[in-house]
Amino acid sequence: MGVIERDPHTGHGTTGHEWNGIKELNTRVPWPIWMFLTLAVAFALVWWVLMPAFPLGTTYTRGLLGADVKQDVANGLQLAADNRADWTRKIAGEDFATIQADPALMRDVRETGHALFGDNCAACHGVTATGGPGYPNLTDSRWLWGGSPDEVFETIRVGINSDHPDTHFSQMPAWGRDAMIDRDSIRAVATYVHDLSHPGTGATDLVATGRQVFADNCAACHGEDARGAPGTGAPDLTDAFWLYGGDEASIYTSIYNGRQGHMPTWEARLSATDRKILALYVLDLGRSGQ
Amino acid sequence: MVSTMTVGERQMALGLCVLVALCGLFMAVAGRNDLMGPQGVVVLLAGILGAIVVLRRLDAPEPGPERLASYYDEPIKFGIVAAMVWAIIGMLVGDWVAWLLAFPRLTFADVPWASFGRLRPIHTTGIIFGFGGNALIATSMHVMQRTSRARLPDQLSPWFVLAGYNLFCVLAVSGYLIGVTQSKEYAEPEWYADIWLVIVWVTYFILYLRTLARRREPHIYVANWYFLAFILVVAMLHIVNNLALPVSLSSAKSYSLFSGVQDAMVQWWYGHNAVAFFLTAGFLGMLYYYLPKRAGRPIYSYRMSIIGFWGITFFYVWVGSHHLHYTALPQWVQTLGMTFSVMLLVPSWIAAANALLTLNGAWHKVRDDATLRFMMVAAVFYGLSTFEGSFLAIQPVNALSHYTDWTIAHVHAGTLGWNAMIIFGAIYYLVPQLWKRPSMYSPRLVEVHFWFAIAGTVIYVFAMWNSGITQGLMWRTYNDSGTLAYSFVDSLLAMHPYYIARAFGGLLFLIGTAVGCYNIWMTTRTAPAARIAPAGQVPDMPSAPVVAGE
Amino acid sequence: MFNSHYQLERYSIGLAVAIIVVASIGGLVEIGPLFTIQQTVEAAPGMRVYTPLELAGRNIYMREGCYACHSQMIRTLSDEVERYGPYSLAVESQYDHPMLWGSKRTGPDLARVGDKYSDQWQVAHLTDPRAVVPESIMPGYAFLERTSLRTDDLPSNLAALKALGVPYSDEMVHNATTDAYGQSAPDSTEAQGVKARYGDATAVRSFDGNAGVVTEMDALVAYLQVLGKLTDVAHAEPQLQGDAQ
Ligand code: HEC
Ligand code: HEC
Ligand code: HEC
Ligand code: HEM
Ligand code: HEM
Ligand SMILES: [Ca+2]
Ligand SMILES: [Ca+2]
Ligand SMILES: [Cu+2]
Repeated sequence: MGVIERDPHTGHGTTGHEWNGIKELNTRVPWPIWMFLTLAVAFALVWWVLMPAFPLGTTYTRGLLGADVKQDVANGLQLAADNRADWTRKIAGEDFATIQADPALMRDVRETGHALFGDNCAACHGVTATGGPGYPNLTDSRWLWGGSPDEVFETIRVGINSDHPDTHFSQMPAWGRDAMIDRDSIRAVATYVHDLSHPGTGATDLVATGRQVFADNCAACHGEDARGAPGTGAPDLTDAFWLYGGDEASIYTSIYNGRQGHMPTWEARLSATDRKILALYVLDLGRSGQ
Repeated sequence: MVSTMTVGERQMALGLCVLVALCGLFMAVAGRNDLMGPQGVVVLLAGILGAIVVLRRLDAPEPGPERLASYYDEPIKFGIVAAMVWAIIGMLVGDWVAWLLAFPRLTFADVPWASFGRLRPIHTTGIIFGFGGNALIATSMHVMQRTSRARLPDQLSPWFVLAGYNLFCVLAVSGYLIGVTQSKEYAEPEWYADIWLVIVWVTYFILYLRTLARRREPHIYVANWYFLAFILVVAMLHIVNNLALPVSLSSAKSYSLFSGVQDAMVQWWYGHNAVAFFLTAGFLGMLYYYLPKRAGRPIYSYRMSIIGFWGITFFYVWVGSHHLHYTALPQWVQTLGMTFSVMLLVPSWIAAANALLTLNGAWHKVRDDATLRFMMVAAVFYGLSTFEGSFLAIQPVNALSHYTDWTIAHVHAGTLGWNAMIIFGAIYYLVPQLWKRPSMYSPRLVEVHFWFAIAGTVIYVFAMWNSGITQGLMWRTYNDSGTLAYSFVDSLLAMHPYYIARAFGGLLFLIGTAVGCYNIWMTTRTAPAARIAPAGQVPDMPSAPVVAGE
Repeated sequence: MFNSHYQLERYSIGLAVAIIVVASIGGLVEIGPLFTIQQTVEAAPGMRVYTPLELAGRNIYMREGCYACHSQMIRTLSDEVERYGPYSLAVESQYDHPMLWGSKRTGPDLARVGDKYSDQWQVAHLTDPRAVVPESIMPGYAFLERTSLRTDDLPSNLAALKALGVPYSDEMVHNATTDAYGQSAPDSTEAQGVKARYGDATAVRSFDGNAGVVTEMDALVAYLQVLGKLTDVAHAEPQLQGDAQ
């Protein structure tokens, strides 16, 4: 047992031990420590009494407040829904034209649509809804399945080639891969289709052959004039809008391998009001973009 | 290093190396169609390397009995070097992944091992286990000898612990690169590496007890309480959290024994207490020795040491559930996690305060001596990060902070500001002593390192506080219409400047570490000086004879 | 108190035992009852298990460290429910050895991402995230599509999980390799058993668009497409789905 010394600096005594030169003072525990410890323990005790806290074999203490996070979140969601009820009720009840004519409602649509679209649709259609390879631009005037609010709303509900029972169904056959027409015909019809939007760029004999191939095989869906046919999802091939690219090589690939875009159904994931907001939002983007 | 062992020990070491090599061979052959194969090759090479090292000195003369009169410090030197090597690896990878988050196109090749998800665990494992673990083992061996006034009981087990431990780290890190992981944070290594660590760890524990049993001081010093808690509780956590069923003995893959909510609780009981007993208890052991030693002051209060220690040991184990607030974990467990985290602040601050109050009467040294300043700053950051931790553990705060970069800010305030700083302080204290030099090669460079480290930490932590809180707020903000205001991608874009700042802060910290390595290297290269204790420092030589080893 | 400690700190074994005792209490109180309290895990009668292909995908998810950036745990907070869907229930991960709840959301939560996007999108996104989401900071995983999936070890994987209590039947274990192939090759003979064993709702498709070979891409996409869909009890919970979102 060592000798108890007094530390000249603090005036406290040591414990009398030394470990390779290290000594310890036997300083009393300062009172704030006891105070804070008491406060912290008191807080914990109160919390344990009020909240679910301790296990009891096959159950647990519920706490006096009867608090339940699951109930809290249900209440929170209800509160949030109530907060916006005055305008969401109108969205749900009014028809599209009335809503579009109401600037206050459209402000709510834009505010809400931003995150709603950003979290659900932007992954495919882009943050600005302008689309990308394989994913249509939603701000232009071209629509595969119709551009009226009701039609857009329906497209969002059922999706395209989705697993919804009412889904829009569309398929561009794989003419080359499935050997329905030969390569030369495909090259010709690709040239022809390219020529439709870039008149005079294709060799005339190819275009002529292509026109015939088109009439025989493609007109059924894309229409005699290649302007698309409503209800088939087959796009207009004469305009400047392309889903999969409008250069000859991309067109060739589209014809050779076929295409079947997939747009998910949102009926199970988003409420009807949300889908209505999205339809309005998308159409509004197109309008303000022009 | 081998020649400091007795001939018998060398033969046993050779036997162990051969055994390890054989295990490696078995793994490599049996697992040749599996990721187990390459891991076996690593083990095999490690065994062969060890055998070569031993063989080259196998017939060196038996060391004389005079060695027993002094401490056995050779393995400690190895531990320090290993710690610094891992520090560079871990921080380099950390900074690299930080740049990847800012500029993802930097992922240089379409190969699996170059992507963020595989590199990130290399950073955490490399830094926590490689850098932190080696530093802990090395300093604990130093502290236990000094405070027990006893030499390590033999010359083999310390080497086994260190070499075995580093083999574990190498297996872990090389495993992540090729896709071996259990995906449990901070416990990613697969079952065979986990089993190996248990063997190493038990040896470590026995070594510790044997040294304590030979001590010349009747009382066990506080630092050793902490090191003991570190060794024991980490063993308990490691074993339980890693319980798993291997798909087969020749497969690297295993499935955790627990699933779903029970697994989540076990994982964060482990995860949090890895923080508590690896990154805190062990490091407090370091703090409790090197800080008073360097300051030349007695510990401020023995009584505060006691309540700090038991408070930490008892409260910490309850708080793991604060990582699972508002999740599918039952609410009662969350309540316990929160309330115990609040109570935990008190013993944490007692420990920090005890360290800082110890500096009373030595503040002039803190001003002049960068080594002591490292330790002082470490204690301050320890206090800061535990305060932040208890704050983050409060449910409504966690609602905002969880899943965001705020956690990352908290982590790095703790790891950079506290763990890394105390390690650097301890190493700058140790290196001249162990290599018997009058001082570090360049005290100026210690000073340079200090400022790089501080600047790096502050930039990192502030950047992540900003990004974390911004992120948390953007996710929950409602607009005037009463709906969510921002999409996830909006928040992603807002992070970009902070990610750059963080990567820059990390780079500063890394540069500081590189400066430290250079300084240590040069210190070991300069000619040994006459053994005079540096002025103003308590000499390291025992005042009474050391208890001899075997 | 300080005096008794003064005695205790003289005995290393005593100290060690005291540490173990004191440090065990918290864990025992918090972990043990999770196995005994019934309400901890909700009942989900119709819940199905992962198919071998989905399980292989899950292992790839772990191997690539997706959990480092993505959580799979929607918390009981209104903003999370509004953004990601019904909060996650304990039962939804009861067959997950280990769970992948995650602790960081560098990317969005994935607990309910199943069927949110098309297979084509998932493939395109995993191949090069910035090709579809220019703002993304996620790494690309193009190699997955080039790497054929290892399926020979799937029976032993299922067997291990079965041993741990996941309700795989012997038949499932036995057919694991062919089921993995069949699930991604809808027109093959191997496809027939998949729905019989795992339920009609199981997606049997060529996930990566190439039915000829089973790639790691097939497996990972199959896994992503089933996230949140093993059971629908979460949708039946009395939680009010946000009206807007
Ligand atoms: C997985 C990708 C994906 C997501 C997510 C997605 N879409 Fe689509 N969407 C598509 C594809 C692909 C098409 C075109 C289908 C085709 O090629 O026939 C499409 C088409 C559409 C159309 C029809 C365009 C037309 O010309 O008739 C509308 C409207 C639309 N999407 C709106 C949305 C909205 C609103 C959301 C979010 C709720 C959304 N989409 C989310 C892939 C997606
Ligand atoms: C069975 C109906 C059908 C027939 C027949 C058909 N198409 Fe299509 N085509 C479609 C549909 C539907 C799409 C849109 C696919 C999508 O959006 O994923 C399409 C898309 C295309 C596109 C891509 C347009 C873009 O925007 O990128 C080209 C080019 C095309 N068709 C050309 C042809 C040619 C040439 C033929 C004849 C050889 C043909 N189609 C016959 C239904 C058809
Ligand atoms: C560096 C972090 C990081 C890693 C690692 C990572 N992701 Fe992502 N992930 C993101 C980010 C950021 C986004 C959001 C932007 C986007 O859609 O690309 C995202 C989005 C996603 C999405 C779309 C989610 C949604 O609802 O929009 C899926 C699915 C996904 N990741 C799957 C994976 C898988 C599978 C892996 C591993 C193979 C992975 N991620 C690895 C960061 C990451
Ligand atoms: C050069 C300095 C460092 C840099 C640049 C750095 C960078 C990073 C990055 C980018 C991450 C991933 C964050 C994310 O996923 O969002 C990370 C995670 C982490 N780092 Fe570091 N780091 C550094 C030093 C350290 C040190 C010294 C330690 C430990 C002693 C450490 C411990 C950790 C831990 C534990 C995590 C995981 C955090 C979590 O999952 O919540 N880091 N670091
Ligand atoms: C009183 C002490 C402490 C408390 C109560 C505490 C509490 C917390 C909390 C609440 C989280 C966030 C959990 C989440 O939201 O996911 C956290 C994360 C973390 N803390 Fe602390 N902390 C403390 C001290 C420390 C110290 C000193 C360090 C490091 C040296 C540290 C390292 C970490 C790490 C690495 C994580 C990240 C875990 C992950 O991967 O998610 N903590 N801590
Ligand atoms: Ca492990
Ligand atoms: Ca984490
Ligand atoms: Cu914690």
